[in-house]
Amino acid sequence: MANRELTFEIFRFNPQDPSSEPRLQTFTLEEEPYMTLFRALNRIREEQDATLQFDFSCRSAVCGSCGMMVNGRPTLACKTLTSDLDDKVRLHPLPAFKLIGDLSVDTGTWFRAMAERVGAFIKEKAPFDPDALEERMDDDLAQAIYESDRCIECGCCVASCGVANVKPGFVAPAGMNRIARFMMDPRDARTDGDWFEVVASDDGVFGCIGLMACHDVCPKELPLLEVYAYLRRRALGTAFLSRK
Amino acid sequence: MSRIESTDVLVIGGGLAGERCAMEAAAAGHEVTIISLVPPRRSHSCAAQGGMQAALGNCVKAAGDSPDMHFLDTVRGSDWGADQEVVRIFADNAPIAVRELAHFGVPWTRVRPGPNQYHIKGQHVVIDEPEEKRGLIMHRDFGGTAKWRACYAAAGTGHAALYAVDGEVVRLGVNVRDRMEALSLVHDGERCSGAVVRCLRTGKLSVILAKCTVIATGGYGRIYGQYTTNATINEGTGASLALDTGLVPLGNMEAIQFHPTGLWPSGILVTEGCRGDGGYLLNNAMERFMVELEPAKQELASRDVVSRHMIQQVLDGKGVDHPAGPHLWLDLRHLGEEHLTTKLREVYEICRDFLGIKPWEDLIPVRPSQHYSMGGIRVNKDGEAYNLAGLYAAGEAACWDMHGFNRLGGNSLAETIVAGRVVGGTVAEHAAGLELDLPVAVAREFLEREQRRLDGWLERAGEGPSVYKLRDALGEIMMNKVGIFRTGEELQEAVTELVRLEDQVDTAVLSSKAPGPNPELSFALRLKGMVRLGLVTARGALARTESRGAHCRTDCPERDDANWLNRTLVRWSRDEREPRFEYEPVGLLDLPPGDRGYGQAQRVEMKETLEEYNAGVPEGQRSHGMLPTRQPLGSALRPGAWRDAEERAGLTGSGAGH
Repeated sequence: MANRELTFEIFRFNPQDPSSEPRLQTFTLEEEPYMTLFRALNRIREEQDATLQFDFSCRSAVCGSCGMMVNGRPTLACKTLTSDLDDKVRLHPLPAFKLIGDLSVDTGTWFRAMAERVGAFIKEKAPFDPDALEERMDDDLAQAIYESDRCIECGCCVASCGVANVKPGFVAPAGMNRIARFMMDPRDARTDGDWFEVVASDDGVFGCIGLMACHDVCPKELPLLEVYAYLRRRALGTAFLSRK
Repeated sequence: MSRIESTDVLVIGGGLAGERCAMEAAAAGHEVTIISLVPPRRSHSCAAQGGMQAALGNCVKAAGDSPDMHFLDTVRGSDWGADQEVVRIFADNAPIAVRELAHFGVPWTRVRPGPNQYHIKGQHVVIDEPEEKRGLIMHRDFGGTAKWRACYAAAGTGHAALYAVDGEVVRLGVNVRDRMEALSLVHDGERCSGAVVRCLRTGKLSVILAKCTVIATGGYGRIYGQYTTNATINEGTGASLALDTGLVPLGNMEAIQFHPTGLWPSGILVTEGCRGDGGYLLNNAMERFMVELEPAKQELASRDVVSRHMIQQVLDGKGVDHPAGPHLWLDLRHLGEEHLTTKLREVYEICRDFLGIKPWEDLIPVRPSQHYSMGGIRVNKDGEAYNLAGLYAAGEAACWDMHGFNRLGGNSLAETIVAGRVVGGTVAEHAAGLELDLPVAVAREFLEREQRRLDGWLERAGEGPSVYKLRDALGEIMMNKVGIFRTGEELQEAVTELVRLEDQVDTAVLSSKAPGPNPELSFALRLKGMVRLGLVTARGALARTESRGAHCRTDCPERDDANWLNRTLVRWSRDEREPRFEYEPVGLLDLPPGDRGYGQAQRVEMKETLEEYNAGVPEGQRSHGMLPTRQPLGSALRPGAWRDAEERAGLTGSGAGH
């Protein structure tokens, strides 16, 4: 059986080049067995157009570099097999992030700002004691924390979010997940009251309009639906308690 | 002056080692700037899966473990190539560093008291974990260790550690400039004062001057082309920065580790934790060949030994046919769906996403792939580079040298945070004693030199090979001739071909001169350095006429402690045609050279006594450029402290005894 000829329509724009105009450019490539978009895009760059910009690093779906829109849906390019796609593949950069060029976007700046804003680190209860045993933790709880710690910050949920795309201040699903992760961690000194401002505002969990595309597109299959429900309940609980 | 800026401490590389080092300096009050090719959380540390070695001794199979045993396992694993004082510093500090990560929020897997199901050496075993250990950090088994020692967070240990440490970097307000690459160090021949950097957003060059400069750029696995588990960013940029000075030596570049279980043919890593948790290696006859070949450790001999047995199976016609070349099988079916989707979840996801298989039903195609570089920028025990004050290195980029000629699984992830603490402490102390000097004239010189190099690529026109074709050629030479089994003849061929390849780099032509970051230009700027790293690896391997750890010469099968109980050092400035090789003592010997307890045991005994060898170490290292350390040489060694541990380890029947 002959291999398919794939047609790629790829968004092109180089902001550093005054002569560059946003456009779609078409490339064709013969499909290979087990071909991923990592392989396909590198072949296009190395054989057809050396200026094509995109980001990969681990090529094994753990570093989160290669989020992009594949036929209008945000996903990790490295683990997308061309055999799961039609002959014609359309690739765009993730929306909601600043464009660096072509398929490459600036997720680093966005996630650093989010981490600073939500305080995505442990606020310690006491200084580390190098001579003490580790604080004990039930393994079920450790696994629950690990479950939401698995976010790789690829930005697919942000790109899919109806609110984040029109409201840059929105904490967005990845940020909400970070908050939930630290909220459930007993090593963190913050109380629900400390979290209230960032969680329970229009930029927080109540800004969500409930489309939940984030839950559908997350490449790590994080249970974002449950994360939102958890945060809403915790925020409401705090609000009622503080009224008494 | 707009293109020259300054900071107290410049850290090149935003993985675990660089960030842990930056934390230490920032906590001491210094202004710290990290530059990184990618946002720090995308660094290759995130891909480390199975575990981090630290002798906490928390579960039944870890009972009685101690830093002394960790010391013994690590020195044996290194095939006595390691600096034993550095191993001591590492083993003694690993438990503190791992517990500190718990403090920073790493969700370590914890001990569950009561009956636990394990697979040990082909047997299904139920062990009762005691109530008093409930909730302490759990361990899993890894190769080459007397006890279960690897602490883990499912199979995402590196990810969890990196996110926790990066959280601390955010908390401390460390300035991070991602998508920025160092092209050259700035130095006056005696002191390093920062680096010339290129912004990968705009393509523009600038200089960052600093009191202290740390290189933590990881390894250089991509010189093996596609035959590596490494990320695409592991192109040895940090090693090239140091080599280009002609002052700072790289140590033991021929010591390259091949991981037994790279997915075939993609090279994606599947963790040693798979075998630690009871996985089997099978040949085409579905035989567990490791049981017969290494009865004591079976699938959990050290990585160099397992990789060699696997390739020997392939050479003996016992590989499984595949269009890309024969492979072997990793069998995890007996571990079951629940274990594979929780404790080895990341392995399950890789199998599903890249092979379309379920590891509890199907076998996994694997073959040894380049994985780790034990060698790197030679530093003293404080982490300061030989021969160039103000330059430091940590993690895989460094040859600190706790791994010698073979690294144990889980020791590198632990090294990143232990070395980060130690080297960060040195940097914090040194920076406090220095005024920020701004050698602007020197900085301009280096900036202009890099601009000329960059312009040279853009100006070169006409016909010439593509940089990507040359990269592919480099990978083929390295894998086929500087691989797992090496011979003098093949290494000589590799050197000849690499010399030719280096010349070809000067004739390569870019197909695009687009303004901005220009990915082809970015790669072209690294290519010469990569070929040179290949050359010093091949030349070092050719010169070393013995077999030690991962360096296996089939034409010189003995470990030769009489002539080669030393560390290779190589210097090579950009202007020199040939690299300069020298050799220094491995460091003070505490555990006398002996058998490892696994793998082949042919060796030539050293001629000197330990005392004679050790007497020559201080001057032997100083004369090659080792800078003074904060504490005297040997101060951390605790000679003989391992003796009790050795007896206890012997009683466990680990095969690690005499």
